[in-house]
Amino acid sequence: MKWNRVYALFVARNLEFMRDRSALAWNLLLPILIVVVFAYAFTEDNPEKFKVGLVASADLNSAAEEFRATRYIKFIDFEQVDANLYKVERHQVDLLFDAASNRYWVNRTSPNGYIVEKLLIAAYANSSDTLHKTLVEGDEVRYIDWVIPGVIGMNIMWGALFGIGYVIVRYRKFGVLKRLSATPVTAMEFLCAQILSRLWLLLLVNAVIYVGMDLFLDFRMYGSYFNLSLVFVLGSINLICCGLVVAARISSEEVANGVLNLFSWPMMFLSGVWFSLEGAHPLMQKFALLLPLTHVTAAARAVMIDGAGLVDIADHLLLLGLSSLILLWIGARIFRWE
Amino acid sequence: MSIILQVSELVKRFGSLTAVDGVNFEIREGSCFGLLGPNGAGKTTTIEMMEGIKQPDGGTVRYRGEPLGEEFRNEAGIMFQTTALQEFITVCEVMRQFSRFYPHSASIDDLADRYALHEFLDQDTRKLSGGQKQRLLLAMALINQPKILFLDEPTTGLDPQSRRNLWNQVQQVREQGATILLTTHYMEEAYELCDEIAIMDHGRIIAQDAPDALLAAHFDDVVVQIHVDDIPRDIGEREFQAIYRNDSAHIVTGDVNKTIERLLDLDIPLDRLRIRARDLEDLFLELTGKELRA
Repeated sequence: MKWNRVYALFVARNLEFMRDRSALAWNLLLPILIVVVFAYAFTEDNPEKFKVGLVASADLNSAAEEFRATRYIKFIDFEQVDANLYKVERHQVDLLFDAASNRYWVNRTSPNGYIVEKLLIAAYANSSDTLHKTLVEGDEVRYIDWVIPGVIGMNIMWGALFGIGYVIVRYRKFGVLKRLSATPVTAMEFLCAQILSRLWLLLLVNAVIYVGMDLFLDFRMYGSYFNLSLVFVLGSINLICCGLVVAARISSEEVANGVLNLFSWPMMFLSGVWFSLEGAHPLMQKFALLLPLTHVTAAARAVMIDGAGLVDIADHLLLLGLSSLILLWIGARIFRWE
Repeated sequence: MSIILQVSELVKRFGSLTAVDGVNFEIREGSCFGLLGPNGAGKTTTIEMMEGIKQPDGGTVRYRGEPLGEEFRNEAGIMFQTTALQEFITVCEVMRQFSRFYPHSASIDDLADRYALHEFLDQDTRKLSGGQKQRLLLAMALINQPKILFLDEPTTGLDPQSRRNLWNQVQQVREQGATILLTTHYMEEAYELCDEIAIMDHGRIIAQDAPDALLAAHFDDVVVQIHVDDIPRDIGEREFQAIYRNDSAHIVTGDVNKTIERLLDLDIPLDRLRIRARDLEDLFLELTGKELRA
C-alpha cells in the first residue's frame, strides 16, 4: 500500500464532496429537520398526564383498587420491580407501585412523582395497610435524549451507505474507475481512500449536527466524548465498509439504489433508532443484533444516557471493529474496476 | 530494436461472441504500432487486454518478456477512447492527483506548456471542449513519462485541425523515445503516424506490415476517380467494374492511358477526373470485401 496514492485519491474525493454544495447542504439539513419534526411530534399532548408502573402479583386490595381507578393516570403493568426501577430514575414512569407489599418508589426530583404520590397516599387514607416509600435518584430522560444517539447513528448510516455506495457505482458507470485502473493504484488503496475521505466528512458533518442540536435541544450527555467518538468512528467505518461491499461490483445506479435501500430501511426501523425493541418478537430482536446500526445506537445511547465506559460497551465496539475488517477484506476481494 | 510488448494467442469472449480470436503480434521498442479496423473489429478489446484492463480468456501479454505487473503499470501511459473524470475537480487538481500515483512524474508546468493547458488549468474538467479534453487526457497519459503509450482512437470526434494538432503531439512523444500503440479507424492517421500496422476484422489480424510494404504487396495498380454525376452508374459498372463510393466512381486500372482513351470514347467528361495511388482504405476493402465503418 502506497500512502501517497491513498492521499491523492483522498484529497480529490474531499474536493468533490465539499464543492458539491447541494449534496453538502442536504447532508447537514436532513438530520436537523428529522429531529425538529420528531421533537415536535413526540411532545405529549394527551389527557393521561401521569404514568404509574404497577406490579400486581395477586388481587389488589380495596385501597389499591381505588388508586387504580384514578382518572388521568395511565397504569402500566410490570412483572418485576427491579427490572423497571430505572424507568423511575429516568422519569419514564412517575411512580412504581408494588401492590403486594404496598411498597412504592418515587423519584426525588420528579414533580409528577410528587403529585402521584399524594394521590396514592389519599387512596390509602382509610386503609389499614401501611405504605412503604423508597426514594430514588436520577434525572429525567426525555424522548429527545433517548432518540438523539439513534438519529446521529442513522445519519451516519445514510451518509456512509449512499455516500460511498452511490459514488463508487457512479464512478464505475461513467468510467472514472476504469481510468484509475490504468494507473498503479490498487483496489485496497482506492477503498482506503474512500473510507478515510467519507469517515472524516461524516464525523465533521455529524459533529456540526451534534453541536447544533445540543444548542437547540440541550440533550443529555453523561459519558465521555472520547467514548462517544470511538463509537461513531467505528460505526462509521463499519457502515462505510457495508457500502463498499454493496458497491464492489454493481455498475447500475438503479440496482445500487435498490440494494442500498434494502440494507438501510430495515436498519432504520429495527435498530432501535426510533423506538425500543424491548418486548418485540424474539426473532426480530435477534435479527436486529445482526444490524450494525443496532450496535452503534445501543453503544452511543449507553454512553450518552448512562455514562457507560469502554468496558460497558466493549462488546459493541469489538463487533463493529471486527466486522469492519471482514467487510473491507470482502470488498477488496470482490471489487471490480469496470 | 528489442521487443517491448508481445501478444500471443490472445482470446476474449463475451458470451457466444468471440471478440478477439487468437491474436498474435510483437511491438518493437520505440516504434509506433497501429491497430486498424472498423468498429466492432476487436481493436479496443485487444488494446484493453494489452493494458491489463481486461483479463483475456486465453493467451498472454508480456511486457519486456514478463507478465504485466508493477513495472508495466508504472511505465505505461494510457489514453482511453472515452474517459470520465471526477466531478468538481480542476484540470490542475486532476493532473496533481495523477502525478502522485507514480514514482516518477513529469512536471505539470512542462506538460501544460507542451499541450497548451495553461489557459484552462483552473477550470472544472466538466467545462472543457472536446479538443481541450483530448489534450488533457493525453497529458494525463504522459504524466508518468511512459515508456509505452496506448492511444485508443485518440482523434475520434475531433475537428480536422484538432486532429492534426494531436498527430503532431503524438509525433513529439515518439521522437522522445516512447513506444506507441495506436488504434484507429482513420487510415490516413495510421499512414501518417505508424511504422507498422495490423488490420483487424472479426477479432482476427488479417494483415500486418509497414503501411507502404502492405500496399506494395497487394497493389500494382492505381485508382481513377470520376465524379458520380459525370459517369452513369450502368456504364461505370459495365465498362470499368467501377465501385461507387461517396460521390465518386472508383476505377481500378493497371493501364491509365487505356482507361482514359475508353472514357473519351464514351464521351465521359474528364474535368473532375483524379488519379491516385492505392491507399489503406482500398487495402481494407480488398482484404475484407467491405468498407470501413466509421
